Amino acid sequence: MDPTTRTAAELAAGIHSGELSSVEVTRSHLERIAKVDSEINAFLHVETEGALATAEKVDADIAAGRRPASPLAGVPLGLKDVLTTKGIPTTCGSRTLEGWIPPYDATVTRKLREADVVVLGKTNMDEFAMGSSTENSAYGPTRNPWDTTRVPGGSSGGSAAALAAFQAPVTVGTDTGGSVRQPGALTGTVGVKPTYGGVSRYGLVAFSSSLDQAGPCARTVLDAALLHEVIGGHDPMDSTSLNAPVPPVVEAARRGASGDLRGLRVGVVTELGGEGYQPGVLRSFAAAVDTLRELGAEVAEVSCPNFEYALSAYYLIAPSECSSNLARFDAMRYGLRVADDGTNGADDVMSLSREAGFGAEVKRRIIIGTYALSAGYYDAYYGSAQKVRSLVTRDFDAAYDQVDVLVSPTAPTTAFRVGERVDDPMSMYRADLCTIPTNLAGTAAMSVPSGLSDEDGLPVGLQIMAPALADDRMYEVGAAYERARDAAAGGALADRIPEL
Amino acid sequence: MSQISRDELAHLAKLARLGVSEAELDTFVGQLDVILDSVAKVGEVAGDDIPPMSHAANLTNVFRSDEIRPGLSQQEALSGAPASEDGRFCVPRILGEEQ
Amino acid sequence: MTTKTETMDYDEVLERFDPVLGLEVHVELSTRTKMFCGCPNAFGGEPNTHVCPTCLGLPGALPVVNGSAVESAIRIGLGLNCEIAGWCRFARKNYFYPDMPKNFQTSQYDEPIAFDGYLDVELGDGETVRVGIERAHMEEDTGKSLHVGGATGRIHGADYSLLDYNRAGVPLIEIVTKPITGAGRRAPEVARAYVTALRDLLRAMGVSDVRMDQGSLRCDANVSLSPKGDEAFGTRSETKNVNSLRSVERAVRYEMTRQATLLSRGERVVQETRHFQEADGTTSAGRPKETSEDYRYFPEPDLVPIAPSSAWVEELRSTLPELPWERRRRIQQEWQLTDEELRDLVNTGAADVVAATVDAGAPVDDARSWWVQFLTEQANSRGVDLADLPVTPAQVARVIALISEGTLTNKLGREVVLGVLAGEGDPDEVIASRGLEVVSDDSALTAAIDEALAAQPDVVEKIRGGKVQAAGAIVGAVMKATQGQADAKRVRELILQRCGAE
Ligand SMILES: [Mg+2]
Ligand SMILES: [Zn+2]
Repeated sequence: MDPTTRTAAELAAGIHSGELSSVEVTRSHLERIAKVDSEINAFLHVETEGALATAEKVDADIAAGRRPASPLAGVPLGLKDVLTTKGIPTTCGSRTLEGWIPPYDATVTRKLREADVVVLGKTNMDEFAMGSSTENSAYGPTRNPWDTTRVPGGSSGGSAAALAAFQAPVTVGTDTGGSVRQPGALTGTVGVKPTYGGVSRYGLVAFSSSLDQAGPCARTVLDAALLHEVIGGHDPMDSTSLNAPVPPVVEAARRGASGDLRGLRVGVVTELGGEGYQPGVLRSFAAAVDTLRELGAEVAEVSCPNFEYALSAYYLIAPSECSSNLARFDAMRYGLRVADDGTNGADDVMSLSREAGFGAEVKRRIIIGTYALSAGYYDAYYGSAQKVRSLVTRDFDAAYDQVDVLVSPTAPTTAFRVGERVDDPMSMYRADLCTIPTNLAGTAAMSVPSGLSDEDGLPVGLQIMAPALADDRMYEVGAAYERARDAAAGGALADRIPEL
Repeated sequence: MSQISRDELAHLAKLARLGVSEAELDTFVGQLDVILDSVAKVGEVAGDDIPPMSHAANLTNVFRSDEIRPGLSQQEALSGAPASEDGRFCVPRILGEEQ
Repeated sequence: MTTKTETMDYDEVLERFDPVLGLEVHVELSTRTKMFCGCPNAFGGEPNTHVCPTCLGLPGALPVVNGSAVESAIRIGLGLNCEIAGWCRFARKNYFYPDMPKNFQTSQYDEPIAFDGYLDVELGDGETVRVGIERAHMEEDTGKSLHVGGATGRIHGADYSLLDYNRAGVPLIEIVTKPITGAGRRAPEVARAYVTALRDLLRAMGVSDVRMDQGSLRCDANVSLSPKGDEAFGTRSETKNVNSLRSVERAVRYEMTRQATLLSRGERVVQETRHFQEADGTTSAGRPKETSEDYRYFPEPDLVPIAPSSAWVEELRSTLPELPWERRRRIQQEWQLTDEELRDLVNTGAADVVAATVDAGAPVDDARSWWVQFLTEQANSRGVDLADLPVTPAQVARVIALISEGTLTNKLGREVVLGVLAGEGDPDEVIASRGLEVVSDDSALTAAIDEALAAQPDVVEKIRGGKVQAAGAIVGAVMKATQGQADAKRVRELILQRCGAE
């Protein structure tokens, strides 16, 4: 059987038992990338030698009877190009960092290396994680393997598309307003935004520090859980990292696969649905809720009235933080420098280099953020947005008093066409309507495929949300739902991805 | 309602050390108006009684002990520099005042 | 342009105007590591060798607060009689400048860790003035730029600049006074006395090197004038780059005179940053800002709030050392100094260093004479404050001890201290490297003594005849022959021995 179609859990079992060799598994994924990536453009950099070196080490360890370094040792993975990798280029999808080779590893990278996970390369993304389609990459858009005229979502579109294109069984993405979950929904894969502080942000090139969170992407809930446990955990290098053990998500995913959700209270968020949502998405969501009910869950409607303001608050908070976070890209210490011909002073070289190095969406957000923070506007914009953040958090608190998990569609529509929304920022921003509240509150959420929309045959995602540090709860629900959905559909959704 | 003028946009771009072309300015003025019009609704619910929330992490007093950790070598530090000289980053002449 | 001949007489300035001062002092803490990363907080070093992803502002790197720096900040706040915030945060101060790797300074804005305190400052005549403290907050230092090319080697006219980020991220405490009013004629003196008192306090606490010459204590002086009897403050100037106590005094006085001259001509004082010129004691305008600065402060999202418990604050309060003025009262009693003697000691800046030298084991008289005489001469000739001399009280105490045990002569002792001042290390290192040990090998001395005795047979006769004090001439000759490296006491003993006059 072709290793690229197998799950990470299956590959790990095969490699660790000596049935499969990590080198062979790695090679087949590298070959798959070589074969299809000209069409998909999921990878910005392929680290062939490094990947094979890790794979060889794992094979040698297994042959010598040594314990694998982790449950995912020897399994190939794609890493979003927003996490620093010592000695391996990191571009954040931006022209400004073209050719930059970080002198240090992100904590996530270090953990992957220590776990002997085989890093195949760096995946494509919207520039500095700003976008919902991966069209804002300076290195060209990533295509959706379900339909290559469509976007894979974003900003972790490369990480999601790589899964759907069978280029990697697991990938790491980052989610600031939905950037892991929405691409998961649009590509029919699983994407998880862990509780804020659950995964270290050290070495995650910041877009919006108070919202950014790295998370696992996979084709199955169990695979995501396995990766979650490898990358999660307290990190003293990140002041906002939670000093708490990683929730037992693997155990929860295995338990969920038994398919029993009796006693679970599920809340359907009233405000995340209805007008503006694609009918096929709503039908898929309704069917998913029925499935949860069939599994024994009690389902109730829950109102979160302030979610209506979440998108607006997000599009003030995130640009504000980004305007400051991206100030360091000034061409002085690293990155693209232009116009340094002796006639321009440092200020002009900074401005011209930033003009040349940043794309339109990044510029738009820097300007919005500069505006929202400036004297005279702070209270009306940034200050008010922070108040909305309090209100959204209160809504979550009240909702979780009533139910164990909340559910909604992950995104209002299925994958849209490349180019369709690039000139209309607001319509692009609306892609994150359902995912943003979770980032504002710092709670956990995941997207699990809920099948295909009946009107266009494209994947739809079910968003499952859980309170802070209750990540395991959503994995249990996600795994139970996934199993029931596959059983009803007569097979995994991934089996229905068109041939590339 | 127009939220932001072309001049104001140019000023913001300058504050952000962000060169923008004339054509970009034209595009942005319209787009930013639409965006700011839309997001201004945060003001509708932001009453005086609601505390601002700057962060979701419910943590305080996260400190590091005062112990030296290995950092970067000079070569590593300068590895990404567009220009360097004598172990230092080389930058164009600085015209503004120190703060 | 104002020329000297046109400036207003100081008496006239005071007849017509009341000065208002505001002093902002930045202090570099002497923690082992930087404010937000584990890089060494050390002066000097090869450029860009005390750096890491965090203090270089590399993409993805994050800050973590140095707990010791927070403790120092709280202790400083307590020493300044401030309230300590029960909850405060860091904020980002956003502006672009090449010496600042992230293009924002992580600082505190509207939530300083310490606020609303005071410092009692003693003037030269013993009068005490209470200076209100607005706030003391934590922030980080910037890197250092070297300007290359151009006529002056300064920032303007340079061809390009070179940046070293070793200092970037060093913990700073910024201490801001409330407006100081009513000082009148004595405003320059009050400014100097305040900075002196603050420096002495911080040194006693051991939180900073407080070396103005090395920039570990830096003062910006805000000066404005109100017309006599007018309550409203005038437009202020902010003078930077005031790098010694004397300069603080001069800069304030110069600004008072400059502004009074402008105002009396009906001109306006411009709100601007000015630079102090050490050479002629004047200030000059910086480059005018094209746009008014908008720092776009917002809470630093990479850090979490600081909420010092009252138990922690009280624990830190209990670690406060004897404060300089308390110590002065004590030494006055213990050393039985008159008010005047104490004041002289304080005014020459010697009181605290003498006391510290005594604390390190030296006798009071020795400590006093070393600091008040030899070291004061050294400080004057170098143009630095006594306390800024690169020799510590402990090192001086060590030299005094070595002299009293006969290992060094006074002359050698001074040479050792000069070695320490030259940066050659501790006294013992200087002795070793310069080979300054007293010649204590009797056989080496005997040869020199015999030679001296042979050269002055008449003196030998006198000694033999019982005139023991005549030995001094021989001692002098031996000391000269050994270039002062002999222990004079031992030489004398040996002379008497050889002349049979013991
Ligand atoms: Mg400051
Ligand atoms: Zn550092």
